[in-house]
Amino acid sequence: MLIFILKRVAGMIPAMFAISILAFTVIQLPPGDYVSTYAAQIAQTGEAVDSAVLANLRERYGLGENLAVQYVKWIGGIVRGDFGQSFEWNQPVTELVWGRMGMTALISFLTLITMWAVSLPIGIISAVRQYSVIDYLTTTFAFLATAVPEFLVAIVLLYISTMWFGVSVGGLFSPAFENAPLSLAKVWDFLQHAWIPILVIGLGSTAALTRIMRANLLDELHKPYVEAARAKGLPEGRLVLTYPVRVALNPFISTIGWVLPALISGELIVSTVLNLPTAGPLLLQALKSQDMYLAGAFILLTGGLVLIGTLISDILLAISDPRIRLS
Amino acid sequence: MSDETILKVRNLSVDFPIQKSVVHAVKDVSFDLKRGETLCVVGESGSGKSVTARAILQLVAKPGAITGGQILLDTSSGEVDIVKLGSRGLAIREVRGRRIAMIFQEPMTSLSPVHTIGHQIVETILLHEKVSKEEARKRAAALLGRVRIPEPEKALDRYSFEFSGGMRQRAMIAMALSCNPEILIADEPTTALDVTTQAEILSLIRELQRDRGMAVLFITHDMGVVAQIADRVMVMFRGQKVEEASVFDLFERPQQPYTRALLGSVLKLETPAPRPPRPAAEEPIAKIENLELHFPLNAGFMGRPTNYLKAIDGVSLTINQGETVGVVGESGSGKTTLGRTLLRVYDPTGGQVMYWPSNGEPVDIATLNKAGMKSLYGEVRMVFQDPHSSLNPRMTIYQTISEPLRTNTDMTERQMMDRVSELLSRVGLPPDIGDRYPHAFSGGQRQRISIARAVAVRPRLIIADEPTSALDVSLRHQVLDLMRDLQNEYGLSYLFISHDISVIRYFCDRVAVMKNGKIVEVGDVVQICENPQHAYTQNLIGAVPRPDPRLRADAPQ
Repeated sequence: MLIFILKRVAGMIPAMFAISILAFTVIQLPPGDYVSTYAAQIAQTGEAVDSAVLANLRERYGLGENLAVQYVKWIGGIVRGDFGQSFEWNQPVTELVWGRMGMTALISFLTLITMWAVSLPIGIISAVRQYSVIDYLTTTFAFLATAVPEFLVAIVLLYISTMWFGVSVGGLFSPAFENAPLSLAKVWDFLQHAWIPILVIGLGSTAALTRIMRANLLDELHKPYVEAARAKGLPEGRLVLTYPVRVALNPFISTIGWVLPALISGELIVSTVLNLPTAGPLLLQALKSQDMYLAGAFILLTGGLVLIGTLISDILLAISDPRIRLS
Repeated sequence: MSDETILKVRNLSVDFPIQKSVVHAVKDVSFDLKRGETLCVVGESGSGKSVTARAILQLVAKPGAITGGQILLDTSSGEVDIVKLGSRGLAIREVRGRRIAMIFQEPMTSLSPVHTIGHQIVETILLHEKVSKEEARKRAAALLGRVRIPEPEKALDRYSFEFSGGMRQRAMIAMALSCNPEILIADEPTTALDVTTQAEILSLIRELQRDRGMAVLFITHDMGVVAQIADRVMVMFRGQKVEEASVFDLFERPQQPYTRALLGSVLKLETPAPRPPRPAAEEPIAKIENLELHFPLNAGFMGRPTNYLKAIDGVSLTINQGETVGVVGESGSGKTTLGRTLLRVYDPTGGQVMYWPSNGEPVDIATLNKAGMKSLYGEVRMVFQDPHSSLNPRMTIYQTISEPLRTNTDMTERQMMDRVSELLSRVGLPPDIGDRYPHAFSGGQRQRISIARAVAVRPRLIIADEPTSALDVSLRHQVLDLMRDLQNEYGLSYLFISHDISVIRYFCDRVAVMKNGKIVEVGDVVQICENPQHAYTQNLIGAVPRPDPRLRADAPQ
């Protein structure tokens, strides 16, 4: 088991390297660089742009150098824990990123847990009671939830809660708690705000997972081992939970691999709509202004988050399925 | 054997509603099962034998339902009608596993892949008896020892996929016997196993039955198995009981025409079909020499493989013109792989396959290029085992049969239509079915269609991979006779792959016995079947159950 985990972790290193190259390529793709965006901004305000200042800036950040050198400089810094300087904010990227990434990780994790907690029982019920009223209801609901875009749900929720209930639901904290130290009251405040983004981000994937669980379980319910277990006298409820559900869980666990990227990209849009202090809005801004070190750090860390999620699902799979563990 | 009846089935009926009609899977079936006896229920596919067995434990799959009759189980407190217990609730669960246990056909899938063998047996014991976990585990280990699984203590903590098919069926039997049931229902428990494993499992069931005085309801389609283990036999056909008799009476004096026909088709396969004598000077059509197919194993990350799976390990075999060469062996012996390698489904890693085409010089199939192989597909064709999956369900019969004509000849549409209807009547089907789809046909009819497709381009060599294994016994000799007629008519040669000795003996001129990728013995079919030289062949032939109860040790003189 330990060897299995070590092997998987070792396998993450080349994947991480590939992600870093990809992240670097993505932030280099648009024409121009931060300095040209900066010059355009200044020109818009009507002031004269001193080309000597611009050249100075370029030199300071090594923007004129060849791409490979820039990449080595960038990645070399990251290995030492230095993500570089954000042009726009004039701060080290590290300071800007951690809090935001932490919130993204927290929201994604909470969403994932909620999704599993909701879709697992619903999926089981609609498989065991196939073609019942409950099955038809959840099926209809699942198709709707998959089809409606997340940002639309976010806007509708915002509208309803603001116009009908007079409650502001943007952000993750009330203004009073925004900079307060961690306390029980702050956690409670966070949970009061967090349920909306969790609901919005998780809605589509929860619906998809419900369908997956239902389909997996329907495949398993008529397998011979289920009949054999019934023939030895197991009560129906215990039978379903200990045998077919155990086996149907495997594809379910491995969905974490694709759910996590979907969550994080969904989070980007939803967070912008709901004004959440997560990585999404900041990444969007950084990409728009070609703040390359900041954007690169976000893409890299998001990639890392997905890899970790996949690793977790691999480990969970190995725990739950002896066929993976032993062969 | 006592005369005390433990189970009485009276006028049992089971219906399956399908769309607007109802299929009567079991119609008005009555029989008795006595303590300590083995009652075999025999019938072809669709005869209702499995449904009858499942009804006894209230395991009939939805939407099927018991619509009438009684299933009376003798208990200490009088008779209990299982039909009245319903399919849920404590009462029926007390019967399942505790009083009546069941084993199933597919040992590969009848055990949970994610629970240990020990867990599954211990669970059964704890369900029905008030014992401690340690006590139950001890009993489970003893049971595994009893069914002769080596190192039972260790086996408890292993998973079903770590065992072979035979070992899984043993574990399944151990689980079924864990609460000392009075009745064991065995639904084709050896059908998915090799003959040598089948012989071991059958003798194990018989032995356990004698030890415990258990009644066994044994469902099978194999008359050989019936002759070996049954005390009494019940014959079913289309959901109805046709005949019930003691095993000796049934084989010697079958009363009903259906039973006679069934036995007739079994016995027909017991003697070789008449064959024309082989010419003095044989002309080879294909000559396999030292053929090897090795699959690399344990290929590590960028590393070299450390071991090879030798699927075919130096096979040499000659097929002469107009000859039928059988290849027999157990699962994993490499016989199917051999057939496929001849058509380059796999690329051999060594050796050669010389083939003499109708015009021109011999070619080596093992190293032939793509264009060369393409021209060969007009001369060498294949017939597969499963007629349900080897025909494309979205292609009409005409499209299916004309496809090789389209790719290998330049016939016009008109000519192809004539050829297809001629082929259809040749294989015994109506010539006007060309625009129908495979689902409209039964297994035997589909296999005839497969054969028509194979002979459409007038090939010279047909590789037939278990072409009769998926068919009921009454259809087997019909398909074989058809293949024989086509052989005489077109001068075909066959490489006939099968695990079934009786089919090989009926159909082949020569036979090669394969084991672990090697040929252990090759020779005339009569000589191999009646006087095998190699120990493995002797073992294999000896394990085949013969449909003659008089060969049994306990047969009356």
